[in-house]
Order: sequence, then C-alpha cells, then structure tokens
Amino acid sequence: MWEYTDKVREHFINPRNVGEIQTPSGTGDVGSITCGDALKLTLDIDSNNIIKDAKFKTFGCASAIASSSALTEMIIGKSVEEAEKITNDDIVDFLGGLPKEKIHCSVMGQEALQKAIADFKGIEIVEKEGNIVCHCFDITEDEIRHAVAEHSLGSIDDVTGFLKAGGGCGQCHDEIQEIIDEVRGDSSKQKKSSSKLTNLQKIKKIEQALEDDIKPALKKDGGNIELVDVDGNKVVVRLQGACATCVKSKETLKNHVEAKLRQKVAHDLVVEESLL
Amino acid sequence: MIEDAIYLDNNATTRTAPEVVEEMLPFLRTFYGNPSSMHSFGGQVADKIKNARQQTAALFNADPDEFIFTSCGTESDSAAILSAIKTFPDKKHIMTTAVEHPAVKNLFEHLKKDGYTVSFIPVDEKGRLDLDFYRENLTEDTAIVSIMWANNETGTIFPVKELAQEAKKKGVLFHTDAVQAAGKITTDLKDVPVDMLSISGHKLHAPKGIGALFIRKNTPFYPFLIGGHQEWGKRAGTENTASIIAIGKACEIAGTNMEKEQNEVKRLRDKLEKNLLEKIPHSFVNGDIENRLPNTTSISFEYIEGEAILLMMDQFKICASSGSACTSGSLEPSHVLRAMGVPYEAAHGTVRFSLSIYNNEEEIDFVIEKMPSIISRLREMSPFWKG
Repeated sequence: MWEYTDKVREHFINPRNVGEIQTPSGTGDVGSITCGDALKLTLDIDSNNIIKDAKFKTFGCASAIASSSALTEMIIGKSVEEAEKITNDDIVDFLGGLPKEKIHCSVMGQEALQKAIADFKGIEIVEKEGNIVCHCFDITEDEIRHAVAEHSLGSIDDVTGFLKAGGGCGQCHDEIQEIIDEVRGDSSKQKKSSSKLTNLQKIKKIEQALEDDIKPALKKDGGNIELVDVDGNKVVVRLQGACATCVKSKETLKNHVEAKLRQKVAHDLVVEESLL
Repeated sequence: MIEDAIYLDNNATTRTAPEVVEEMLPFLRTFYGNPSSMHSFGGQVADKIKNARQQTAALFNADPDEFIFTSCGTESDSAAILSAIKTFPDKKHIMTTAVEHPAVKNLFEHLKKDGYTVSFIPVDEKGRLDLDFYRENLTEDTAIVSIMWANNETGTIFPVKELAQEAKKKGVLFHTDAVQAAGKITTDLKDVPVDMLSISGHKLHAPKGIGALFIRKNTPFYPFLIGGHQEWGKRAGTENTASIIAIGKACEIAGTNMEKEQNEVKRLRDKLEKNLLEKIPHSFVNGDIENRLPNTTSISFEYIEGEAILLMMDQFKICASSGSACTSGSLEPSHVLRAMGVPYEAAHGTVRFSLSIYNNEEEIDFVIEKMPSIISRLREMSPFWKG
C-alpha cells in the first residue's frame, strides 16, 4: 500500500476537470499504454493569453490521476506565461508530497503542460534525439543527465522514480549508474562500472542470451540457432531447422536476434548469417 | 482498524481459522515448555508437535517423518533448492518456470549469477507450460527442477505428476512449490512422485511465520539452518510450537473443507467471474480455465490501470490484488502476465480475485454490484477509452 497524502486521495476519488475540450487552443499528449501511464491535457486559452479552462484524461495509477487533476486546478485562471513556469515539484508540493517511486507522475503532468503550451504557440516539438539509454521507456542519455543534474538524483532508484528510466528490464542500470557518477563527478566509481566487455565476457553473454531468450522462441517454430563466431562487434550465426529454409529468416535475424543481443549484450552488435 | 472488509485476496494471505487460533492459544499462554526438554512439562508439547506432523502429512497422504516445519514457504523453497544444489555439486543446470513466485524465481536468478545455467520454461497464452521445452532441457546435468503446483496469479494448475515422473526417469530431483495448491486441490504424494514440496501456513488459514517442507524418504538433504538436533537435524532451531500446532490443525481442517472449496468456493468464484465478464465490456479472464484452482480468477479490464482499480475498490472495503506494476514499485506489469503474452494495455489493468470458504453470497453480490461502476468511472478518465 502506498502512503498517499489525503490530498492525493481526495484528488483521486474526486478528480477535477476530467474530460476533453472539444476545440482546444492547445493539446499535450504524453506517455503511452505500454509505459503504464498516459495523459492527454487540453487547454482553452483566451485572447489575453489566460487559461480559461483545462481538462485531462489520464490512464494510470492513483497518483497519476491526482497529479493531472492537481495540474488543471493549478493552471486554470493563470496566464500562459505564469503556467509555463510550473514544474513537477510544484505539482508535488500542491499535493503535499508523492512517494519517491511516483514522482514520474508529476513529471508527466509538467511534460503535458509544456507540450500543450507549445502546441498553442504553434511551436513544433522536435521528437527525441540522441542516444536512447532506457529502451523500455524510451528515455535518452540527455534526459537522464539533465534530471540527475537538476534534481540531484543520486541513485538508479531515484532516476527510475523520476523518469521511469531503468524501471523495466533493468538492462540499462550500468549505463544509468555511469551517467550519475559522471554528472556527480564521482570518477573513481566510473572506472569500476565501465561497461566495456572483454571478448570472453562478450561471447559468454551472447551465448547466454541465445540460450535464454532467442532459442526458446525459435524452437517454438521448429527452428534453432548456433553461434559460429564473434569478431569485434560482428556476431556470426547459423540458422537451423525450420529457420534455415524460412523465407523470413533475414527478418528474424535483424528484428529478433540482433535486437535481443543488442539489448542484452552490447548496443553496437551486428548479426550476420554464416555462409559456410 | 478495518474489520469488516470483503476479503477476496486469499492467495496473498488468509484469515486464521478461529479453530486454529483456539488450538494454538494454550501453547502461547500456558504450555510454553521446550519440546526438547527431559521433563514432562516440555514433553507434553513434543506430543502435540507429533500430532501436528501427522495432521500435516495426512493432507498430502505422506508419512509424518517426511515433513519438517520451517518458518515460511520461502524458507521451504530455499531449503529444498539449495539442498539439491549441494547434493550435486557437479551438475550446473537448473530448471524452473517463467511464471514462478519470486520465492523461487529470484533464487534461480541469484544462482544464475553464481554461474548456473538456468532454463525458464515458457508458457503459452493460457499460462500452460511448454512441455517440449521441459523435455528437451531436462538432462542428467540438471541438479533440480522446481515447478509450482499451481500459479498464484492465475490459479493455473500444472501437470506436476507427469513432470515429476519425467524427472524421475532421468534421475533429476523434483521440487514443487505447493503453497497455492495445498488445501484447494488433491495433493496425494503417494500418487505424485515429487521429491520435495513446500507449503505455507498463512495461505491455508494458519498464521504467518510457519511453513513446512516435505522431503520424500531417502531423498538426500542438506539442512538450511544448522545448529541443534531439532527436526532430525534437518532444520535446527527451537520449534515454533504454537504455530506448528496451528498449521497441523489448519491442514486437518483443509482436508475436511476440500470438498467445500471445490464446490461452494468454486461456485461463488464462477458467479463472480461470469457476472463481471457479462456486465463489463472489454474484460477477459487470464489463465487456463480448464485447469485452475477453484478459488482464483484473474480478470483484465482493458484501458485502465490496476492500482487505480484497487484503490477505488478500497473505498468499498473490497480487497483484491493486481498484476499491475504500479502496486509493486516496479514499472513492468507482472512477469506472469507478460510471460503469457497478455498485451500491456490489458496486463496493466488486471485484478486477481481469490476467494476462501469464509466468503459468502452477499459479499459476491456486493462486488458484482460495485465493480461495473468502478471500471466505467476509470475508463471515462482514460484517454484510450473510446466507449
């Protein structure tokens, strides 16, 4: 059971401003069903740049719904300029606090607000660029770096609570730790947790990933796979059984095998089929 | 404190049966003797423990000296698995399922880090094990197989008899976590050749803090707790006398109530399930409904999130649990639902209702009455709901 404040509970049980404005001045859509929470914020802004009305629709847990409800109460009646200054910390304060693991709910509120205002101003929001660290939740290195620096996040759990990064499969934990150490200037740790693999480690990890994650799926379709060689970042494999004659084998190699190995072992691996 | 809850979370823990509480109280109040003592004051407690062991063994059609008492289901699981590892130091492969309880799953993950090769048997969309995978991966190098008798989230029952027979043929030790199965379905250990089996007291109306482990005669065993001579040296430490007496009584009652569990509890479960599916669109049941515990139903409500559902239910004092990530501090939905390939949009909104003999018709009717409005209220708030 989470320790929610009375205010969080109250906003969850009696959320304000649920719904969607039919002809909104600006719309902010963030999150996805896969991630476990999503928020659609619609704004009605008058000619004096005052937010006359705000409505939300949220898919998510109690604190996601409460954060959204709180956000709408906080912005109605404010000018766009004032609203722009609202941060996730303001939402947390308004609610009298959120559990550490739930901070990302307030971050979602801030993001939706920024997107809706940008939409109102006609600013095109550029899609995320840069190195994606957490593939489960699509979080980039820059986002993590920024959050660690701005909000003094000191551990992987902090980063997960804030951005959700690292909350899924856990493969990116080493990388997140490196970013934390780097931003916080802890260079001694940095060397220790370096993710550079020796060739032997790499081969072992590839074999393990083939056994645990790839072979079971291929075997279901009557196929199999064998590791032939590892040369730098090139992984040479041989498809067997039903896979060897399957017209979709190229797709399988790229979409399934290579993606899995990149996720499990190293993000720069290239998988090729043995011609021998 | 809340006393009058509608408790449909019996796979998490159960009410301690009033008869069980009565049975154990004298051993907290008056008969506090140590069963190992030479005097009669202690010795009389040893007699009661002997009786509890008989009661426990009877539920499983086993011999009393094949059971040792532990502190919980997790201890039983760890003791069984780590003993097998020690028995066969040269065997470096171990096998379990992709849908195991964390008590086993996380131990296997831990052993993997120690250098063991671990096979996690995948399941299909109904949560049924891939038996071909099991056969292919079961080899003489396998130190132990640990497969739950029934799954805690969906109630799916696994074919433990056949699985154990195959392991036996290859000389591989077989352990089963029967924490959820015990007392709900027949678990006859003369018929099912498992080598070791774990149970937990608080899942069958005994208190928390007591478990038991079945170790079939002539199975090699290395103790998990080392110290005194208790439990024939298989589990050191002064006996938790009152709780041992409690689990014995609980097993006896479970044997008597098994029929009720399979008829009355099942009838209420089926009524709840049927009505919720009928009244709430875009909802479905998870697991193998043909082979399922009589008390469990896992229902996914699409387009909404589980923690929000549970907290809405909490307003009406209805207790259940969810496969949602947001209740656990993790962000991935339950590994069981994900292993079954339940899509994210449904996995996030999954609620597990688990009943017991203490539930009644009025409670089920109340839940059937309240759930549709809870679900539609949350759906009206969801950006994905186009109802």
